[in-house]
Amino acid sequence: MAGSNPNAKPMNLTLKVWRQKNRQTQGNIVDYQVRDISPDMSFLEMLDVLNEDLLRKGEEPVAFDHDCREGICGSCNLFINGRAHGPEPGTTTCQLHMRKFSDGDTITIEPWRAEAFPVNKDLSVDRSAFDRIIQAGGYVSVNTGGVPDANEIPIPKSIADQAFDAATCIGCGACVAACKNASAMLFVSAKVSQLALLPQGQVERKTRVENMIAQMDKEGFGACTNIGSCAAECPVGISLENIAILNREFLAAKATSNNLA
Amino acid sequence: MSWLSNALTSSIGRKIIMAVTGLFLCSFLVVHLVGNLQLFKNDGGAAFNIYSHFMGTNPIIRTLEIVLLLGFAFHIYEAVALTGKNRAARGSQGYVVNHIEQNSPWQSRNMGLLGTVILIFLLVHLYNFFYRARFGELDPDINNNADLYTLVVSSFHQWWYVLLYVLAQVALCYHLIHGFKSAFQSLGLTHRKYTPFVTYLGYAFSVLVCAGFAAMPLYFFFLQ
Repeated sequence: MAGSNPNAKPMNLTLKVWRQKNRQTQGNIVDYQVRDISPDMSFLEMLDVLNEDLLRKGEEPVAFDHDCREGICGSCNLFINGRAHGPEPGTTTCQLHMRKFSDGDTITIEPWRAEAFPVNKDLSVDRSAFDRIIQAGGYVSVNTGGVPDANEIPIPKSIADQAFDAATCIGCGACVAACKNASAMLFVSAKVSQLALLPQGQVERKTRVENMIAQMDKEGFGACTNIGSCAAECPVGISLENIAILNREFLAAKATSNNLA
Repeated sequence: MSWLSNALTSSIGRKIIMAVTGLFLCSFLVVHLVGNLQLFKNDGGAAFNIYSHFMGTNPIIRTLEIVLLLGFAFHIYEAVALTGKNRAARGSQGYVVNHIEQNSPWQSRNMGLLGTVILIFLLVHLYNFFYRARFGELDPDINNNADLYTLVVSSFHQWWYVLLYVLAQVALCYHLIHGFKSAFQSLGLTHRKYTPFVTYLGYAFSVLVCAGFAAMPLYFFFLQ
């Protein structure tokens, strides 16, 4: 393996994995042993090894979500040893390497927990509630046309950077998973502040925040109590400042928008 | 007005009510503390009794008393409503292993517990001083004001009463450490110029106010 550490010793681990047949059934923790895990593997590759073992034995492999495996898609959502995406700050599960664990460790792996994120199977949860929040207003309606000239719309660099930082949200749902209240406020705030900061977002600014918050509440997410677990567990470092922006966007919109509902 | 009721019952609206009532209750704490500092005046309670007579009879104060009661009522009601909503959102199946203590401060996660301790203290406190001063039969002092001072002194000579007060002030201090800066966050009042100041002010406010209140029972128990 290119770039691998020749001195790294393979590890044997005990995994405690949440197994659940489908949405209707109750799940439970099942213990598995995995052997000869390279410290250079990602956490997901370690689970691939587990699933190959299970398939060889004729057992049902563990269902878990994953897609890009490079920290962009926000699919690989696992609650590892009591932390969203595991104990490493600023990483998704696919970016978590087995070198962060030690030979003989026991690792507990659970799905995201929240009433708005039902478990489909094993470690795979339904996060379509996030999609419905985005559909409620997390977009800019602009008819496409010719490519505008560069710098036609001046945006101060600091504002562009702040909007970009908010835009890095990958919608993984770690904020909801980690929050004591299962609140989606960090996710919604990242989307709202990104678009509120930019000129293109102004047209739908007030309606957007009103509709997204209404949808967020309808989906059954909790209310933010400013605990801060979300930002601490966010793999891309979305800051709590966005929630303050969301609060004042909401307050201003409710006070001044033309929507009477 | 459905837009208003929708706004105030949304998750952000409830936070905003918590923040506004919380900051209002903070302003009450300052007034209450400053007034009660007269307990330290070495005049056998004359100044304190004049003050408590004024607080019990002035029509503006009596009106604000109702506003204060409403402040507490809304703060507690919203806390209960939010707790219910948030518990339901968390779902029935919890995590088997959850190390939430590694990503957030204890007091921020236990505002309900701290608030309950403060509420129990408040009920005992109101019964012992407010209720007896307003509806009880206190003896008159030398100026013919009801002698609340003597009741305060005798109460603060009981060890369990002093202990309850000091513990309640510790709970209040932690409640305020989270609540003060959290209120500004909920109202969206953050700015890179002012938020660091608000954070320090929150710590200073929490510690100074609670130390001031705790000093009263300790002063009478140990020094008087």
